[in-house]
Amino acid sequence: MTTTVTSDGCGAPEQTAELPAGIDLAKEIVLGGKVTADGAPVGGAYVRLLDASGEFTAEVVSSADGDFRFFAAPGRWTVRALHRTGNGETTVTADGPGLHPVAVTVE
Amino acid sequence: MSREDVLVTAEWAEENLGTAGVVFVEVDEDTSAYDGGHIPGAVKIDWRTELQDPVRRDFVDRAGFEKLLSGKGIANDDRVVLYGGNNNWFAAYAYWYFKLYGHDKVQLLDGGRKKWELDGRPLSADAVTREETSYSAKEQDTAIRAFRDEVVEAINAKNLVDVRSPDEFSGKLLAPAHLPQEQAQRGGHIPSAINVPWSKAANEDGTFKSADELRELYSDAGIDEGKATIAYCRIGERSSHTWFALHELLGYSDVKNYDGSWTEYGSLVGVPVETGPGTQ
Repeated sequence: MTTTVTSDGCGAPEQTAELPAGIDLAKEIVLGGKVTADGAPVGGAYVRLLDASGEFTAEVVSSADGDFRFFAAPGRWTVRALHRTGNGETTVTADGPGLHPVAVTVE
Repeated sequence: MSREDVLVTAEWAEENLGTAGVVFVEVDEDTSAYDGGHIPGAVKIDWRTELQDPVRRDFVDRAGFEKLLSGKGIANDDRVVLYGGNNNWFAAYAYWYFKLYGHDKVQLLDGGRKKWELDGRPLSADAVTREETSYSAKEQDTAIRAFRDEVVEAINAKNLVDVRSPDEFSGKLLAPAHLPQEQAQRGGHIPSAINVPWSKAANEDGTFKSADELRELYSDAGIDEGKATIAYCRIGERSSHTWFALHELLGYSDVKNYDGSWTEYGSLVGVPVETGPGTQ
């Protein structure tokens, strides 16, 4: 499977469960997971990363399998998903490098 | 200038999908979203391959813009409605670009692709072809485009608005949090810049906040309406969004977008860089 990472642009790269090549989990904090509704993946959701004060930080669109991913600084984060069928959010605390799993349910 | 002059609502757009003289254009960095389903009748512009020079770090030139728009079937007197993903970042960039090359009748779809999708409005994967035109562009209007020397001169003299996220502003991150962080330039911001993240100008559904909310946002942040303003981000597209808010929605008279932005400034030798939360 090949994955494109846009490093010179600002647009949202393709969202996949598998990490793109070149991501060093010993250095980077990755928040990743799936958007679901009634246990089924929700693709095409707008997934927003909000900081500890609720301020917007980043947004991606979940893949057909509901996957999303953010590269973040240490801290407490809220991941909020918007979809035409409903919205939902969850919080995660990331203290150090590695993959921090996040699950968001929309209803 | 009023909101209705520069923005159209999703309702208006849906009612005017077949209106003669109105051309919908989806602008994205990655056009796979368009290919999977777009506003019926909309043509696409690929920000990366069609609006940027393929070799130098610059825009397509005037002749290149003419060729691009002619090929898309856009005429000089068409009313162009731009929209895209990422809360209209690249659509706002293209809007600024259309203005730079002198196209008068251009508007943004408020909320862009996100609002359209969240509303459950129709999308079509049908191929769209428009008859080629003979588009004529003007010389670049550099009254809305800032270059690096004037940015350095603007330190402590003009409003410098850094519209990146607080962590990018302080130097903790080098790119937005949905992108890998490996970059060549130094972290931080231009001294005296005020950090007003672009996202503060937008509602959750991607629409722009009201003029009253925007005016309060920028004046509370310390932006002096009486002074000239330069907006920047990392590559110039988020700052196009803020340029749109300040210049098109609020009508501030002298606002430039610094499209070189942090990827240029943060790589320059000999310029001052400030880190941390800034003085505001």
